[in-house]
Amino acid sequence: MSAHPASTSSSASRALGVLSLGGLALLLGYALVWSPADVVQGDAVRIMYVHVPTAIVAFAACGITSLASAMWLRKRSEGWWVLGGAAAEVGLVFTGLCLVTGSIWGRPTWGTYWDWDPRITSTTLLFVLLVGYLALRQVDNERGDAAQRGMRGAVVGLLLVPNVAIVHYSVDWWRSLHQPATITRLDPTIEGTMLFTLVLGIAVFSVVYVWLLLHRFRVGWLEERAGDRGIDQALIDRRAEAGVGSGGSQ
Amino acid sequence: MEPVVHLRGAVTLLGRFPALAGIDLDVTAGEIVLLRGPNGAGKTTLLRLCAGLLPVTRGQAQVLGQDLTDRRLARSLRRRVGYLGHAAGLYDDLTVADNVRFWGRAAGAPPSDVDAALVACGLSGRLSQQHVASLSAGQRRRASLACVVARRPELWLLDEPHAGLDHDGRDLVDDLVLRAVTEGATVVMSSHELDRAESLAHRTLHIAGGTTDRAAEGVASTEVSALVP
Amino acid sequence: MFHDAALVAGKDLRVELRSKVTLQQVAPFAVLMLILFGVALDPDRGVLRRASSGLFWVAVLFCALLAIQRAFTIESADGGRDALRLSGLDPAGIFLGKAAAIAVQLIGLEIVLAAGVIVMYGTEVTGWPLLAATCAAATVGLAAAGTLYGVLAAGLRVRETLLPILLLPVLSPVLIGATKAFEAALGGAPADGWPWCGLLVIFALLYVAAGTLAFGPLLEES
Repeated sequence: MSAHPASTSSSASRALGVLSLGGLALLLGYALVWSPADVVQGDAVRIMYVHVPTAIVAFAACGITSLASAMWLRKRSEGWWVLGGAAAEVGLVFTGLCLVTGSIWGRPTWGTYWDWDPRITSTTLLFVLLVGYLALRQVDNERGDAAQRGMRGAVVGLLLVPNVAIVHYSVDWWRSLHQPATITRLDPTIEGTMLFTLVLGIAVFSVVYVWLLLHRFRVGWLEERAGDRGIDQALIDRRAEAGVGSGGSQ
Repeated sequence: MEPVVHLRGAVTLLGRFPALAGIDLDVTAGEIVLLRGPNGAGKTTLLRLCAGLLPVTRGQAQVLGQDLTDRRLARSLRRRVGYLGHAAGLYDDLTVADNVRFWGRAAGAPPSDVDAALVACGLSGRLSQQHVASLSAGQRRRASLACVVARRPELWLLDEPHAGLDHDGRDLVDDLVLRAVTEGATVVMSSHELDRAESLAHRTLHIAGGTTDRAAEGVASTEVSALVP
Repeated sequence: MFHDAALVAGKDLRVELRSKVTLQQVAPFAVLMLILFGVALDPDRGVLRRASSGLFWVAVLFCALLAIQRAFTIESADGGRDALRLSGLDPAGIFLGKAAAIAVQLIGLEIVLAAGVIVMYGTEVTGWPLLAATCAAATVGLAAAGTLYGVLAAGLRVRETLLPILLLPVLSPVLIGATKAFEAALGGAPADGWPWCGLLVIFALLYVAAGTLAFGPLLEES
C-alpha cells in the first residue's frame, strides 16, 4: 500500500466487493424465492440463511482476533494489532446482526423476541465480550505507548477464544438441562435446496466479512501511520526547547 | 573500566511525546552525578530510564551492563538499582517499619539491613510504628529513602531527594549519598538545591529539551538533524 | 515465586487488617444486596428460597468486583505500581499473592452471605461437601480471573467502569456453574452438581495459569 492512498480500495478488494455483492444477490434469490419453505416453520425459516452464517462468521472473527493477538505477542508488529481490532469490530457487527435476526426468527417460532436459547444467550455474551475488548483498545494511558496498550489488548484478545468456548459450553449445558427441545427448536430438517442455500449463505457471508475486514484493516493501518508522522517533528520541537531556554511544552 | 551508565543519543517516547530526544551520558562507578535543568527538561525521565522503567526507542543505552533497548533485560536490572522518585511508593495503611520491611524483603534484604536503614534515616523507635498516612511529607520522604537504603543498590537514582526535607533531612541525604559511594555505589541525582548538590557531586550535567546540553559540558554541539536517523 | 507470593499476600492482608475496608464496607454491601433482592423480588419466601443459589452467587460476583478494585487501588496510591515493578519481586509471585489475598477476603464475604441467605431467605442447607468444594473452586477462579483483569484495568483512568464490562462476561461460566452446583446440593441431588464443580475447577486452572504468565507483562505499564 502506498504511503498516501486516496482510498482503501485495491484490485483485490474490488474483486472481493464484486464477489460479495454478487453472492448476496444470489443468496437473496435462493433464500427468498428458490428454496422451499419449511414444513413446520413456513417462510419464517428463511431468516436462518442470514442468522446461521452470521453466527458462524462471528465466532470465526473471534478466532481471528485471538490469533492476531497471539501473533502480536510473538512478533510485536503493528499489523497484527490493527488486524485484531479490525476483526473484532467487523465481528461485532456480524454478532449484532446474528442477534437481531435470531430475535426476529424467534418471534414467529417461539412467540417471543427473546428466549433463553443457549445459542442466543452465549452469542449475546460474545457480543459483550467483544464490546469490552473494543472498549479496552479505545482507552489510552495518559501517554501510553503502543507496546503498553498492545499488551493489554493482546491479553484480552488472546483470552477471547477460551472465554467464548467456556461460556458457550457452560451456557449450552445449562440450558440443555431445562429445555432439551430448545436446541433443536431452531433447526428445521435441512436437506436439498435448503442445505445448499445455507452453505451458500455461509460462503457469501464469509466473503463479505473478509471484504469488510480488508477495508477496516487498511483504515486502521492508515490511522496508525498518521499518528507516527508526528514523532520526528516532535523530536525537533523538543530539542528546540533547549535553545529557547526555560519552560517547555509540558 | 566499564561505565555504570552509558547512553548515546538515547531517545525515549512517552506515547508520542519524545521526553528524551537524545541523551549522551557516561557515569563511572563511584561517581556522584548531578542532573540539572529547567522543569520539563527530562531529568525525571532520564532517571526512570536508568532504573529500567522506560524503554529506549533509539540510540544506545546500557546500565550496569544491561542493554536497555531490550525490555526484558531492562527488568533484570531493577534489583540492583535504587530509585527514589517523586511519589512515595508506600502503603498508607501500614506502618513505616512494615513498609520498609516489605520493600526490603522484596529485594532480598536481610532483617538487619532493614533495621539499619530505619536507624540511618532517623526512623527508629516510636516513629517506625506510625502509620504512613499520619506522617508529615518530610517523614514520608525519609521512609521512602529508607526503602532505598535497605536494598543496598549498586546504582542510586534520586529524583530531587532534598525536596520536602528540613535542614537535618537534607544533611541526612548528603550523608547517605556519601556513605553509599564509599561502599562502592554510584549515584545519579537531580536537584534544584544547587549549592548543596553541586558541592556534593563530582560533576554536573545540564539537561534541556530532552537532550544533554553539550555546549555547557564543553562538547561541540551537533546538528539536530544528525540525531534524526 | 512462592516466597514472593506469600510476602505479597501477607502485605495485602495486613493492609486489609489495618484499613478494614472489606469488613466495614464490602461486607455490609453484601448484606445490603440480599436485602435489595428481597425488596425487589417480593418477600414471598418461596421465590427467594428457590432463587437463593443464584442470588447468592450474583451477590458474590458484585462483591468480588469491589474486592478486586480495592486490591488494586492500594497499589495505585502514589507510585505504588512503579515501586512494585522496581521491587525485584517475581511478577508471577505478585499475581499469586494478590489473588490469594482476594480469595481469602472472598471466602469471608461468602460466609457472611451464606449466613444472610440462610436467615433471610429461609434456605435449608444440605450437601455440605459439594457446597464447600464449589465455594473453593469458584473463589479461586474468581480471584484469579479478577486479579488478571484487575491489573489490566488498574493502570487506566476509566478502570471503575471498564473492569465490570471486561470481567463479568468472563465470569458468567462461574456464575452458571456455581449456581447449578448449589442448586443440586440444596435440592438433595449432589450427584448432579459435581460435574458443575468440575467446570469451576477447569476455569480456575485456566485463569491461574493465564494470570501467572500474563501478569508480569501487564504490570509493565506505567
